[in-house]
Amino acid sequence: MIWFSLLVLIPLAAVVVKASGGGWSTFEHVLTNASTFRALRFTLVMAVIATVLNTVMGTVIAWVLVRDRFPGKGLLDLVIDIPFALPTIVAGLVMLSLYGPGSPLGVNVYGTKPGVFLAIAFVTLPFVVRTVQPVLEALETDAEEAAASLGASRFTTLRRIVLPSLTPAIFAGASLSFARAISEYGSVVLLSGNRAGTAVASTRTYSYIEGGNTAAAAAIAVVLLVVALLAIIVLDVLQRRMARHG
Amino acid sequence: MASHVSSPGSTAAGGGTTATTWLLRVLVVGYLVMLVVWPTAYLLRHTFTHGFESLQGVLQDPDVTHALTLTGQVAVAAVVINLVFGMVVSLLLVRYDFPGKRVLSWLIDLPLSASPVVVGLALLLVYSPIYGWFGPTLRNNGIEVIFAKPGIIMATCFVALPLIIREIVPVLEELGDDQEQAARSLGANGWQTFWRITLPGIRWAVAYGVVLSLARSLGEFGAVKVVSGNVKGQTETATKVVERTYQSQDLDASYAVAFMLVFAAVVCLVVVALLRTRDEKEKA
Repeated sequence: MIWFSLLVLIPLAAVVVKASGGGWSTFEHVLTNASTFRALRFTLVMAVIATVLNTVMGTVIAWVLVRDRFPGKGLLDLVIDIPFALPTIVAGLVMLSLYGPGSPLGVNVYGTKPGVFLAIAFVTLPFVVRTVQPVLEALETDAEEAAASLGASRFTTLRRIVLPSLTPAIFAGASLSFARAISEYGSVVLLSGNRAGTAVASTRTYSYIEGGNTAAAAAIAVVLLVVALLAIIVLDVLQRRMARHG
Repeated sequence: MASHVSSPGSTAAGGGTTATTWLLRVLVVGYLVMLVVWPTAYLLRHTFTHGFESLQGVLQDPDVTHALTLTGQVAVAAVVINLVFGMVVSLLLVRYDFPGKRVLSWLIDLPLSASPVVVGLALLLVYSPIYGWFGPTLRNNGIEVIFAKPGIIMATCFVALPLIIREIVPVLEELGDDQEQAARSLGANGWQTFWRITLPGIRWAVAYGVVLSLARSLGEFGAVKVVSGNVKGQTETATKVVERTYQSQDLDASYAVAFMLVFAAVVCLVVVALLRTRDEKEKA
């Protein structure tokens, strides 16, 4: 318990104390700073788009991995974990090697918004897949077959039978993706190329720390921590609900 | 566990005709290839454009070898600390009831979704030798945390904290405490019960947790960057070398070090996959 306090609780408390040290005015001052505000808005927009994309794609991927069978599927399953396992800075480098300067595809996303988006999409890919997959595996196909035999179209079956049972898992994965997307740093740092327009919340926090303005850094940090904590609580509630429904 | 293999009939009921099946396959494979497979493959190609030259080149750079050694030492230290702490907390969370248990569980998950920069900042505010809460006192007693190895280890522990706990907790819950109670009623003390009953039950979960933490610890970047000071050849870790060499246009070195990190990560992935199959076989 002492170790946990020294490592996690006291440092986090320090962030909150530091941020609230100057009262509400620190927050107001930092959050209304034009480039900070732009960074936060950009982070939010990117996180929402990446989460929506990977929620849709993640569900489809989980579906294919569970219900379809074709050679090489096992390998595909392994590929999903790569973004988890790669160090974030390497994830950034990986994206740059194909989509960066000298790209064989003739694009260069270095220092652009699509570049940051690619990095975020890459690191958040596994979450929805990995939460939906086990639920889909456990799902019996009886209800689907019954619906189909009663004349429901495939689309109706999917919408009325399959999706409702997957919804909690999909949202759980989405909340994890969103939390990760909001806080991503390592993979973005190479791609954003230190340009003002592509700064995200984390890089902005880092610049404040580097500039010695820890109060401002702490203010952004508190915002990020609250979002992260909310995501965890949403997740916990959803998991309890899933457990109750079996 | 329900049956994993869906019969062809069920595929038709749920997945649809071959046209949709193929469409979905192409979509999924295409997305994964564009986003993950191709870029990763390209990194490997970059690394080996000149054969093994660039790998040999970076390994002769003392700053790089120092960074690799440091990363290895930090990762091992962090994993050991998190292993001990993780087992204690998991037992606490599963076997005991106390007020604030749910809040503790949320806080333990926090490092997974908190930004690494925020983690670094938090440690800085407490342990910085200049303005930290404890930093000046620690420094007067000759202990350097920030810009030194202990700080790097702490940052790494922080970010990898939940991984072992998240693996052990569900297994402990499933296991129940019947056997532990039986052992205790037969006169085993707490330590014996743990070694003989609890640990064998959770050994695979512990093994995954360790491998996942190791992968995460080797690759930590943001939190370490904030607390380490990044002094070349002293407190610079492998991931920071990747950034520095990329920014100074030394692409060969950057790709070579990145390749080593990828290699370590892939080894960890394969080990986890092997452990999982073994575990499932044992359960079956």
